[in-house]
Amino acid sequence: MSHGAIDISGLHIRLGEGKAALDAVHGLSLAASPGEFLCVLGPSGCGKSTLLGALAGHLQPCAGKVLVDGQQVRGPHPERGLVFQQHTLFPWKSVLENVAFGLKVRGVPRSERRERALELLQLVGLEQHAASYPAQLSGGMQQRVEIARVLINDPRVLLMDEPFAALDAQTRLKMQQLLLDVWARIRTTVVFITHDIDEALFLADRILVMSERPGRIIEEIQLEFPRPRRAELVTTLDFVRLKRRCLELLHPQPAAPVLRYAT
Amino acid sequence: MATLSPRLLRGLVRGASLAACVLAWHWASTRHIDFGVASFRNVPSPQETLQAAARLLQSPKLGTHLSASIGRVFAGYAVAAALGIALGLLIGRSRLLAAALLPPLEVLRPIPAVAWIPLAILMFPSSELSMIFITFIGALFPILLNTIHGVEGIDARLVASARSLGGRGGAVFANVILPGAAPSIVTGLSIGMGTAWFCLVTAEMISGQFGIGYYTWSSYIVQDYPDIIVGMLAIGVFGMGSSLLVRQAGNALMPWYFIGRKTA
Repeated sequence: MSHGAIDISGLHIRLGEGKAALDAVHGLSLAASPGEFLCVLGPSGCGKSTLLGALAGHLQPCAGKVLVDGQQVRGPHPERGLVFQQHTLFPWKSVLENVAFGLKVRGVPRSERRERALELLQLVGLEQHAASYPAQLSGGMQQRVEIARVLINDPRVLLMDEPFAALDAQTRLKMQQLLLDVWARIRTTVVFITHDIDEALFLADRILVMSERPGRIIEEIQLEFPRPRRAELVTTLDFVRLKRRCLELLHPQPAAPVLRYAT
Repeated sequence: MATLSPRLLRGLVRGASLAACVLAWHWASTRHIDFGVASFRNVPSPQETLQAAARLLQSPKLGTHLSASIGRVFAGYAVAAALGIALGLLIGRSRLLAAALLPPLEVLRPIPAVAWIPLAILMFPSSELSMIFITFIGALFPILLNTIHGVEGIDARLVASARSLGGRGGAVFANVILPGAAPSIVTGLSIGMGTAWFCLVTAEMISGQFGIGYYTWSSYIVQDYPDIIVGMLAIGVFGMGSSLLVRQAGNALMPWYFIGRKTA
């Protein structure tokens, strides 16, 4: 596995036009080695999603390099799979057709893509729901379909933009476990954006903490927790100690209550 | 009292609503009620209308009237649907095309079909074509505007997802833009079908010896008042029926749309 090395340096992205333009990300550098699970942790509005948008190729930087396996990112590509927070499955396609989409646009014959899509649905435990429409599935199941849909392209990097943020706490824990299980079998580089400290600590090999906007990396935390990781991890002393460290980084002043709006 | 299923209850209410309207009409017209601003003194009663309808049903002219009107409505509608959807998709996807095409369309949009009559007569070699043009004008704008609205309403993240998954121009269009705009397009097609019928009388005022709109208008000229109402109702029923057909056909093509709405 030598695919999926990420190298970003001096990244600068401006969003908006004219007077409303703002520096979303400025002077950001990071690197990930192939197969690494990287979590980017930061306050809301710090430019985490912008960073991911640049990696996916949907946003053009005004300065800096974004390299994947030494190649400059110039636009979206199936080798860089992107999973959003919610509701980005095609509502008019069945679960199976959603998963098979990547193969369809590449011109893979129907029977072959059906077979491959079923394999991936099996991987995320949804093979019985192949014929359902996304709206018939729960939020957690929809995110599993998202993951399967991206993985069918054998991506070098998996880009996840707060993929579990809209789920309830129980489902979120299950999904984190499932993601780790899947990742153990399909060892792709993961860049996982979150504002949830527990989630970052539970999932990552390494956490990068971002500053307020304009975002840049202010801290790097290497996690040595052994894998496979289980839910008990979150109650260990090391975990709690690192969590306190992250809290201090994210809330330098006495912590203000964080409001989260369900959408 | 036996419990009614909600479905049956709604059906009964629908029937009662129609019956109440006919009853009110009957009352106002047989008593020649004068409300001051509007008078029912010269309005034919339901019975007279029914007799007129029966006469028309037995008359050999009915088929000719109907086929002439249906032919015009569908010809105008077909062109409006093709052009409205195609233009709507282009305008909805491209800001440049929107800037180029929308201003003239916005100016033309509020012009009622009646106002087009003189120009239509001047522009087209045959009166048949000018009538088709009027129904086309009626159907075009609802279809066009709903298509634009549908395309603009597509979640940008769906398009981003499709691109990230390897989709390019044509594939994104066929797999995301078209199905995403489909519910709105069906709404536009259904409304457009209604307005095409709506413009029929206007169109058939131009000329001709046949058509339901012509029949309605000429009944007024020859002071055959019950026939006016027969013509009006025929347009209403055909307009509603064909709108409904369009909607049903559209819905049959979008089973996912209702699943989404039921659970949402």
